[in-house]
Amino acid sequence: MLVAQVLINALVLGCLYACIAIGFSLVWGVLNVINLIHGSFIVLGSYLAWGLYQAPGISPWYVLLVAAPLFFVLGYLLQRLLLNRVIDAPVLVTLTLTFGLDLILNNAMIYFFKADYRKLTLSPPMGSVSLFDVVVPVDRLLATAFALALTGVLYLVLRRLRVGRAIVAVRLDRDAAVLMGVDVKSIYAIAFGLGAALAGCAGVLMALIFPISPLTSSTFLGKAFVVCVLGGLGSVSGALAGGLLLALVEGIGSASIGPSHATTLSFALLILFLIVRPQGLLGRKGFE
Amino acid sequence: MSRLNLALLLLIGCLAALPLFGGAYALRLGTVACMYAILALSWNVVGGFAGYPSFATAAFFGFGAYTVGVLLNDGVSLALSIPIAFVASFVLATLLGAVLLRLRGHYFAIASLSLVEVLRELTNNATDLTGGGMGLNIPLAAGSGIMADATFFFFAMWGLLLATALMVIAVSASKLGFGLNCIRQNETAANMVGLNATLYKSIAFGLSACFVAAAGGIYAAWVHYIDPSDVFDVLYSVKPIVMALMGGLGSPLGVVSGAFIYLGLEEVVWRNYIQIHSGVLGVLIVMLLLFLPHGVISLRPGMFWRKAKHV
Repeated sequence: MLVAQVLINALVLGCLYACIAIGFSLVWGVLNVINLIHGSFIVLGSYLAWGLYQAPGISPWYVLLVAAPLFFVLGYLLQRLLLNRVIDAPVLVTLTLTFGLDLILNNAMIYFFKADYRKLTLSPPMGSVSLFDVVVPVDRLLATAFALALTGVLYLVLRRLRVGRAIVAVRLDRDAAVLMGVDVKSIYAIAFGLGAALAGCAGVLMALIFPISPLTSSTFLGKAFVVCVLGGLGSVSGALAGGLLLALVEGIGSASIGPSHATTLSFALLILFLIVRPQGLLGRKGFE
Repeated sequence: MSRLNLALLLLIGCLAALPLFGGAYALRLGTVACMYAILALSWNVVGGFAGYPSFATAAFFGFGAYTVGVLLNDGVSLALSIPIAFVASFVLATLLGAVLLRLRGHYFAIASLSLVEVLRELTNNATDLTGGGMGLNIPLAAGSGIMADATFFFFAMWGLLLATALMVIAVSASKLGFGLNCIRQNETAANMVGLNATLYKSIAFGLSACFVAAAGGIYAAWVHYIDPSDVFDVLYSVKPIVMALMGGLGSPLGVVSGAFIYLGLEEVVWRNYIQIHSGVLGVLIVMLLLFLPHGVISLRPGMFWRKAKHV
């Protein structure tokens, strides 16, 4: 039964990992920018959920509706005003710029919210369901369902909407997209906004499960990295595959050799994948 | 030797006069200045010459610190343990480099970043050897006073800085430096004309690691206590990059001046705004990248007061 429990846990956690990584993967794939603010955006989303639940008592499920537009605007403006200025510069410059922005946001959060760990506890608690010997908390299941729904929404946006097709076009071939009349700078801003919105929503869901603190942002960022590399860049299915693989490896690793080695294992896997299969599980070769 | 490199050696030479003027505080600041300059110069070999965005500086800094720390605890003398850390990190980095440097761009950046994470986690978990998360106490050198100790570590760090500078100047004047330049400009073409790119890059990676590891070793002996989250701090990877960008990528004089300017700013910010110091550092990085992307070394006197010509 332990095996079944580990597998179910990995499934639930994997969907949440995918939700963390998907905005990061979108930005990386389309803009070719490694967005180091992503982790702090997630934490900011968690604080939004926590704050709105504490004061006016709004349930986190509804906060998603507020968080998405709010973070979209934030991300859109950030890209329009700052990142678009250096978007054509070498890798190092955009990477360092987002690192600087992350320092600012993270320090602001420590300043205003303090570094204490907080927890969003739903009252009344939602309990847990058990099937045979496998136990899963209901709030965790609901969060997973929402994470999957968000992933689905992004998939539909990229597939069905005009702007989504434009984003995919820019990702596939930027110059050709320009020739077709796509305004690349504005698509960049929209893609970054979408990435930020997904990060904010992921943060709201994470608030239900993990403790909230500005210090956790680097953990989220690390997970996003690993998921992207494992699954492959810029595709929704890739992020899902990567998330599930990472959760599975971590779950089996902690169950067999102990939780303290799980992080080492996941990073070792990351380096292995980078060397052996840099395009990821589902990525295409030759795209950088 | 070019004028800029002479100016670099002159700058480092002037620094040696610091103990004549200052007290313990000036010595501490001088030691940190030398350490930062070593990190930035070393990063410049792989990041500035070869153009590979390495975030592995913290990994080798921590590796050196722990190697020396463990060796000192086993009773090996400082004079022996630092060369051991130096050689070990060179071998480790060259071997890792041969594998990691196949990756380019973002992928290399992430792989080098995760190297820091892996080494930190390994150090955290190897409790028997390194003390794990509790950190490692390093025995004090017996019988010397506070000032003598401070002066000793300042000159140790300064000597290492001089060695690093000489190494960088030698590399930039040699065939290796020329090859790294070619790799930065167009690696595929460099490979085509028969340059062994993997070998060159691996050696550059090794050279950029060994001086950092030695600096980490001196740091460990200097502060007497290290723990994984301190010496494997990602900021040790990022700060050299900011310094190099601040001073001017690829130019040794620029990089060292960048390190000194950075330390000055950091000290002022730390003193006055302790609660928001990392935020201020972030603002600094953003402004720098937006307004002065080529660093201080790119400033020319004419930029400020020459009037626009009528067209």
